[in-house]
Amino acid sequence: MPTVTITVNGKPETREVENRTLLVQFLRESIGLTGTHVGCDTSQCGACVVHIDGYSAKSCTMLATQVNGSNVKTIEGLADGDKLHPMQEAFRENHGLQCGFCTPGMVMSAVYLLEVNKKPNEQEIRSWLEGNICRCTGYHNIVKAIAACADAMAKA
Amino acid sequence: MYNFEYHQAKSVAEASELSLKTEEGKLMAGGMTLIPTLKQRLAKPSDIIDLGKIAELKGIKKEGNTIVIGAMTRHFDVAYSDIVKSAIPALAHLAGHIGDPHVRNRGTMGGSIANSDPAADYPAGVVALNATLTTNKRTIKADDFFKGLFETALEPGEILTQVAFNIPDKAWYMKFPNPASRYAVVGAFVAKFGSEVRVAITGAGSYVFRQKAFEAALTKSFTPEAIKDIVQPQDALNSDIHASAEYRAHLVNVMARRAVAHANTL
Repeated sequence: MPTVTITVNGKPETREVENRTLLVQFLRESIGLTGTHVGCDTSQCGACVVHIDGYSAKSCTMLATQVNGSNVKTIEGLADGDKLHPMQEAFRENHGLQCGFCTPGMVMSAVYLLEVNKKPNEQEIRSWLEGNICRCTGYHNIVKAIAACADAMAKA
Repeated sequence: MYNFEYHQAKSVAEASELSLKTEEGKLMAGGMTLIPTLKQRLAKPSDIIDLGKIAELKGIKKEGNTIVIGAMTRHFDVAYSDIVKSAIPALAHLAGHIGDPHVRNRGTMGGSIANSDPAADYPAGVVALNATLTTNKRTIKADDFFKGLFETALEPGEILTQVAFNIPDKAWYMKFPNPASRYAVVGAFVAKFGSEVRVAITGAGSYVFRQKAFEAALTKSFTPEAIKDIVQPQDALNSDIHASAEYRAHLVNVMARRAVAHANTL
């Protein structure tokens, strides 16, 4: 079996994997970071979104071997100790979740949106979220949270 | 997912050799179609040959009156490229509306083209912009490249390396996306070069095709009204849970008209 070394949230992790091991399986089962979720299994829901070398991607649609040597950031790597990332804080403040299942992917997706577009309007936020499906909230508070975070980060 | 051998090719030559040498080797670009297919056990390749680390296959440049894009260039890079946005905004728009942001961060132009998915967006751009496709063996004109449902002119061991898109005077791409997958239920790419007009339709048939009746009418008058009464025949169109052939035929005309109308505003 191949051995891969993937830096997860700043820490190099070396494990044996199967060629068919998905990145999300590596994160959840090999490393034990279960914040990254598997929702749909058809590459549509976005609950598994993580950052690979700085950009957002669906970890259920990548092989662990493909990202050998890369830097991966998961939802667990976002907060600074006890201090939430501004996006996490904004989701909390604006009640941008109900059951919470889609939230890790939503937050990782939203953080990357603000890297591409610092001041997205509502339409841009909604169109960005095409890759993240929430079945509870109707997206309204998620969109509000992302806009609030963009405002907060612009002022910071 | 069935297991397979995995190879990270360092060059096009190595990838080509591996794909010929392995029993049922499959080339992988961004994997945005292949990995979901493997997850559902709809394919069982013996080997996966990953093209992801071949730097020579990435990049965007302007060459004469063409935009040349490396096969492994991601949709994200095409959508946000200043070169593409200024020369062929329709192509940047097309790339920026494939799947969703996370798919565009991994999916590649070459993967989309070489797969010839009936609902993929890129084939419409390739055909309407009369692109020239370069492989490790030869160059192929757009009209000779797409051969059928998931079928192209690519031969065993042949790998798409780059595509040169002609810069049109005016062009736009309009699609009616599937609300879940964002694949094109129908997509129409309209391009005007001098007096010549090319119209390529994706999503509607088993693979991309040119709508020559629209082309003839738009050559005379590049306006939505010129094609309003031209009926797209239904017989060869797809009919599935997403849309009937009758509905798709209707959409072909509507999407083409909207594309022409928008192209005229640029």
